[in-house]
Amino acid sequence: MILNGVPVSRRILARQHLIDFLRDEMGLTGSHLGCEHGVCGTCTVRLDGRIVRGCLTLAVQANGKRVDTIEGLSDSGELAVLQQAFHVRNALQCGFCTPGMLMAAQDLIDQKRKLSREEIRAHLSGNYCRCTGYQSIVDAIEDVLNGQG
Amino acid sequence: MGKAELPLHAPGTKTDRGYIGQSTPRANAKRLLQGRGTFVDDLRLPRIAHAVFFRSPHAHARIGRLNFSGALKAPGVIGVFDGRAVAEYCKPWVAVLGHLKGIKSPPQHAVAIGRACWQGEAVAAVVAETRAQAEDAAELIEAEWHELPVVTDMQAALEGKVVIHPELGDNICFQRQFVTEGFDEAFAKADVVVEETYDFGRHTGVCTEGRAILADYNAAEHTLTVHHATQAPHMMQDIFSRHLGIPESNVRVICRDIGGSFGIKVHVYPDEMATAALSVMLRRPVKFVADRLESFLTDIHAREHRVTVRLACTRDGDIIAFDLDDLTALGPYSVYPRTSGIEGNQVVNLTGGPYRHKQYRAKMYAVFTNKNVTCQYRAVGHPIAVALTEGVVDLAARKLGMDPAEFRRRNLIADDAYPYTFPSGIKFEKLSHHQCLDKLLALMDYERLRAEQAALREKGIHRGLGLAAMIEVTNPSPAFYGVGGARISAQDGATLRLDPAGMVNVLCSVTEQGQGTEGIFAQIAASVVGVSVERVRVTTGDTGVTPYGGGTWASRGAGIGGEAVLQAGKILRSNILDVAAAMLNEDKAKLDIVNNEVVDKLTGAAKATLAEIGRVAYFRPDTLPMKFQSELTVTRHYTPREYGFTFTNGIQASWVEVDVETGFVKLLKHWCVEDCGTIINPMLVDEQIRGGVVQGIGAALFEECLYGEDGQLQNGNLADYLVPMAGEMPDILVGHVETPTLGSELGAKGAGEAGTAGAPGAVMNAINDALAPLGARVAAMPFTPERILKALGKA
Repeated sequence: MILNGVPVSRRILARQHLIDFLRDEMGLTGSHLGCEHGVCGTCTVRLDGRIVRGCLTLAVQANGKRVDTIEGLSDSGELAVLQQAFHVRNALQCGFCTPGMLMAAQDLIDQKRKLSREEIRAHLSGNYCRCTGYQSIVDAIEDVLNGQG
Repeated sequence: MGKAELPLHAPGTKTDRGYIGQSTPRANAKRLLQGRGTFVDDLRLPRIAHAVFFRSPHAHARIGRLNFSGALKAPGVIGVFDGRAVAEYCKPWVAVLGHLKGIKSPPQHAVAIGRACWQGEAVAAVVAETRAQAEDAAELIEAEWHELPVVTDMQAALEGKVVIHPELGDNICFQRQFVTEGFDEAFAKADVVVEETYDFGRHTGVCTEGRAILADYNAAEHTLTVHHATQAPHMMQDIFSRHLGIPESNVRVICRDIGGSFGIKVHVYPDEMATAALSVMLRRPVKFVADRLESFLTDIHAREHRVTVRLACTRDGDIIAFDLDDLTALGPYSVYPRTSGIEGNQVVNLTGGPYRHKQYRAKMYAVFTNKNVTCQYRAVGHPIAVALTEGVVDLAARKLGMDPAEFRRRNLIADDAYPYTFPSGIKFEKLSHHQCLDKLLALMDYERLRAEQAALREKGIHRGLGLAAMIEVTNPSPAFYGVGGARISAQDGATLRLDPAGMVNVLCSVTEQGQGTEGIFAQIAASVVGVSVERVRVTTGDTGVTPYGGGTWASRGAGIGGEAVLQAGKILRSNILDVAAAMLNEDKAKLDIVNNEVVDKLTGAAKATLAEIGRVAYFRPDTLPMKFQSELTVTRHYTPREYGFTFTNGIQASWVEVDVETGFVKLLKHWCVEDCGTIINPMLVDEQIRGGVVQGIGAALFEECLYGEDGQLQNGNLADYLVPMAGEMPDILVGHVETPTLGSELGAKGAGEAGTAGAPGAVMNAINDALAPLGARVAAMPFTPERILKALGKA
């Protein structure tokens, strides 16, 4: 696979999930394990440009594909505007859900269209945050969307 | 920026507050935003081994033969251990407190011996090279079970036909009765008495990060280093020390990033104690991280109560008395070391809390059942006390035909009545109920919403408005735990050091779980010393490094830890000026520190940068007078003493629409006006309150750990146990009144739990307001569509 822009080749067990591969084999611990049954969105990563649940995707399904994680998208600068908006709005507290939340949010930003708060909320409804009231997250995303004009 | 004059609440002065009161973004968020935080499960150590637990599938059963032979042969397995093997290394505990009279609980082991008392209790530990190998091996354990009678219903537990721990005599862990003198006479004279029974669903914290521990025993030094997702590292240091037999100072507990806690991570968990013991047994690092299914079965639950409450008042609408009868279901053990008696005790302490009645009677039983253990979860007892108080207050207002806001205004304790002693014996320093009520009604435009409600009602749209006034315990003194014999610190400490390059290093015993503790400590330190906030570094959560303290719970971080930072900062500032005076040969009284520089107090002229002070003090002290010694590291501690608790107060409102065909509740808006004393960072406070409100809304509408009669948890996963997600949550408006506590110079009271305390009651009252014209009423949380339809006679 092309992991954060770099070709990576490993022999793995067929049963290994993508999130375990990323965390345990590659040391990319920025994506977290929250529920291991696809509800909380904490393990959200990008597979060939689309966001997926790392806990519902087998690592072998990423064979030959492009995988991007929070570490890669932070270094490339792709998430910089969103990260800045999250920082200024304090759109995170413990930060455990944040990498997944940013993945989902950037997916929305990439659609490059104006959205209502309800639409932003609906898009995030697969990402669980226990600390914030979601409002600051919606505010931060709204700031970025408005900034884009 | 970076200059604060103290105390912040000095009356009649125009105080320079520096960063205090500013929405400064917190520095530690940056690493989390890049996925570069360090949670326990992110750590990698040489020779690390992974523990998983074989758990009881039964709610109550004698453990017969455990056959580990298959598991021991499985690939990667290092060892498999039963309760007796672990007990050789870890002493059992009994969770009682001296000041909770009569509380009882049997000894509990890290891994069950002989008997399992709830579904999910650990009965064996498997340690392997990888987590997956350990899980595979655990499946190969064969166990013989002899099922025992199960007690799940709390009324049955109270009646005690089946006693879970026969040696204790009955199933009552803790009970409390209370009555004020003259209660019966007052109640007999009442014109109006209203009564209702409320049910609260057992629920849990659902932190995004599961409980996590990595214990690393060093046999050569007989030291134990524990990387632990805990709120109270010093408390855990003491507990590991005493139960594993390692000298206290040889135990170091480190908390790096923690993925939420909400009270879930402030207790002693048997599987975590076992993990530490396994590290000692195996002389290597052992890690355990609870997965989501284990979390539901073993993270403490809370708030399963059935409460009947009566309110007596005059026909003019003056509340005379409250009468409380509370029954609450615990698990089979009281949880160590805080006990499971506190929640019920708080309900007794706090019921009726905002109001000025003089008479009160309470009765509370906390009983053992064969369900998961319960203990203190965010806003301990408050959501129960607030909801039942506010529910019955609304009922009384309705019976009297009074507007609920007006009824509250008539009965809330007057803002000039303080200090005030409440009938349950608790003391309030200074609260602001009326200011908060006025501000809330203005913020929400109460009259307009009432008009809108009436207009929509004509069109068959059923909206409701619910209010919930509240009080909230913060900053507990030693009276909370210490007096009961628990080694839980009520004081906290902070060390501030001026580094040679002129930056300020802060070490504090209060921990960070995301609430922004480190951020506000940086703001306080910067303001008090006189530096810019970027020049402050904060470290928390390491018993090997920080001063000793209680950690994070009971909304105490800002009020106690913040004051310790402030006091240390004052002395550091003074000590820096001593160096400057000696260095510059000037009168200290004429010098000040502003914006990272020592300046002339009168003219503001720059005299020396802090980097220059640091350089001279550390590298060229030979240039200072012979007898002068600089002291640029300062430690101070703070203990709240004057009051048992620093109470905060506030009021919330919820605006909902009930679909009477489907029973669904749509949350339209929510308001909270709160008085947490001095606000250090409004942005952090506001979103913490919102997060608390959302957690309270979860309790009101979605969250319940559903147990069958056989004691099996039926919805212990995130697909079946519903938590609030972004889509269903409303925008939440937060307003403030600031009444600083005079017990500290900082004046902060605490804000962590208020949102959770008041939201369930506000939502309940809003739903019932919407249902009232239809003659329906709900009183059992969570208010699921099914329950609402039943109330409407439609299901």
